[in-house]
Amino acid sequence: MSENTSGSRWGDKKKAKIDSLAKSTSKKDDEGVSLLQSAWRRLRTDVVFLIGATIIVLFILLAIFAPWIAPHDPSAQLLLDQVRPQTNPVPGPQEGFPLGADPAGRDLLSRLIVGSQQTLIVGVFATLGGLLGGLTLGTLAGGIGGWVDSAIMRVVDVMLSIPSLLMAFSIAAVFANPTQWTVILAIAIIQVPIFARLLRGSMLAQRHSDHVLAARSLGVKPAPIVFRHMLPNSLGPVIVQATLVLATSIIDAAALSFLGLGNPDDRQPEWGQMLGKAQDYFNTYPHLAFYPAICIIIVALGFTLMGESLREALDPKSRR
Amino acid sequence: MTTTTSHASPPAASGSNQPLLEVEDLRVTFGGRKGPQFTAVDGISFSVAPGQTVGLVGESGCGKSVTSLAIMNLLPGRGNKVTGSVRFDGKELLTLGDAAMRDLRGADLAMIFQDPLSSLNPVVPLGVQVSEVLQRHRRMKKPAANKRSEELLGKVGIPDPTRRLNEYPHQLSGGMRQRALIAMALACEPRMLIADEPTTALDVTIQAQILALLKELVEESGTALMMITHDLGVVAGLCDEVNVLYGGRIVERAARHELFATPRHPYTGGLLASIPRLDLPRGGRLNPVKGSVADNIPWDEGCAFAPRCNSVIDVCTQKSPDLAPDEATSDRLLRCHNPLTTDASDSTQEA
Ligand SMILES: Nc1ncnc2c1ncn2[C@@H]1O[C@H](COP(=O)(O)OP(=O)(O)OP(=O)(O)O)[C@@H](O)[C@H]1O
Ligand SMILES: [Mg+2]
Repeated sequence: MSENTSGSRWGDKKKAKIDSLAKSTSKKDDEGVSLLQSAWRRLRTDVVFLIGATIIVLFILLAIFAPWIAPHDPSAQLLLDQVRPQTNPVPGPQEGFPLGADPAGRDLLSRLIVGSQQTLIVGVFATLGGLLGGLTLGTLAGGIGGWVDSAIMRVVDVMLSIPSLLMAFSIAAVFANPTQWTVILAIAIIQVPIFARLLRGSMLAQRHSDHVLAARSLGVKPAPIVFRHMLPNSLGPVIVQATLVLATSIIDAAALSFLGLGNPDDRQPEWGQMLGKAQDYFNTYPHLAFYPAICIIIVALGFTLMGESLREALDPKSRR
Repeated sequence: MTTTTSHASPPAASGSNQPLLEVEDLRVTFGGRKGPQFTAVDGISFSVAPGQTVGLVGESGCGKSVTSLAIMNLLPGRGNKVTGSVRFDGKELLTLGDAAMRDLRGADLAMIFQDPLSSLNPVVPLGVQVSEVLQRHRRMKKPAANKRSEELLGKVGIPDPTRRLNEYPHQLSGGMRQRALIAMALACEPRMLIADEPTTALDVTIQAQILALLKELVEESGTALMMITHDLGVVAGLCDEVNVLYGGRIVERAARHELFATPRHPYTGGLLASIPRLDLPRGGRLNPVKGSVADNIPWDEGCAFAPRCNSVIDVCTQKSPDLAPDEATSDRLLRCHNPLTTDASDSTQEA
């Protein structure tokens, strides 16, 4: 059965289209194909997933190559001589500066492009931090069970009962001099209980699964039971959640910066912070807020689209 | 041995030696505390000797799997109570510590499960799953364990074992998966094997192959085999002694030949009559046992099978029958007030 799928797995889009036609007529094709393989087959032709993935790929490329893509140095005050604090504080679009400049005379387009780096860093590290904490707690709770489980889950439930953004504000506000790392830490912490709960739930389901029972019937010790037989089979929903969390942590980071709880040093541009600084000029120059806001929305949307279609594809209940 | 256990072990076909597994008055109760109590296994006694195959037969829900899990000490522990005694090689298993029980499982006492796909870990290659057992119990190094895994897969009849080692369960056919599970169970050459409906999920040809494999194993290495099934065809080909289970209790125990020749319990008779047979005239009707397990009455009020029984008499719903040596045939244990006559079932020859 591996032979007749391998041809299409590496095939181009056209083949995929034919495949999907073939699949709709013969359901047999799906038998004995792993969850991941069938998920991938569905995703390959899923428009929502493709849109999300395209946005994400473009965003990541933009962030990586930002210094080369940006037309100007984002912190150089190139149009400072046009800034008139009384009459015209924000230089408009002009030759070489398609979006104009900010009130400090710096190229807006370059700042948006380079700002993607911070957004990516915050999103990725906050999610990784949340994953790390959540996986640790979830594995302990779901793997050991008993009072360890009860204790951890109680803490997790308390954390979940606090509105997460409020908690992020409180954590970020504790630090006297905020940096991007305090933002990352605050957002990572609020993601921990979500991941922990999710993992613990799917680990509990694994604990009673046939293959764990079979492994126990062979005398496999508790540690390998947890790490080889339960954990790897429980990660599906966590991975999906991580994609969705990337979106929320980008939005949350923007919210923190917007409220001045982020990195105050604006030589390193960041979308949320740009949005925050644009408040003062919102009535007269709304475009200052509009551009970073649109960037945040598009990227968050990309991760959400991808996460949702991943979730659907991996959900055994919605399998064809 | 006490008098109660001496009659609980009638002469077995090939097991005149000391029993390896002795189950005595095993009782498993679910629920309790607040919820309603449910006794899934209600005082079962039997024994299995090396080289002997003992069958546990009964329809769905009669407590076969629960019995095997109780023997393996694999019931969740919370929400169920296990009493009685399970002795393996003289050791009491029900009170054995977790670590000692783990050392025993897979090494001396192994089990094969009903559903071969869900019993394999989907994200771990086959080779790793087999060698895991060897590394665990035999303290083998990885290369040695790999080599042995390959031999084992070959031995249970998986073609091209070298390639299969790196494959995942979903890449194998159902029959191969069950063979892989058997290879894992046999990896450490256990002295006793419990097979819980090992062929239910497989098609008939593969079924026959798997059964032949198990038979060969018992004959070659003298493994004690406990065969759980609802299929009397499996019993006919494999078991020396058969325990027919109904509602958590043994209702009839006999050597295979005697059971098929002259079933005495109406339930056994019903099971035999419901096997499709080629020698019956065309259009002849099958006679499944009427009703379902849902119709049971509790054992303390009489015979649990009474509501479905064709030869029910008054006493069946008044007094609970005991498991006792059958007077008419004196070759079996029987729990019935009004057993089938020994000649009425002449037509039911060995399947
Ligand atoms: N964990 C449990 N909690 C409560 N009741 C249970 C539990 N496990 C099994 N039972 C009950 O015990 C009875 C016997 O179940 P068991 O699984 O042993 O049946 P079985 O004979 O193996 O049937 P099958 O042929 O379908 O596998 C059933 O009525 C079942 O509902
Ligand atoms: Mg069962």
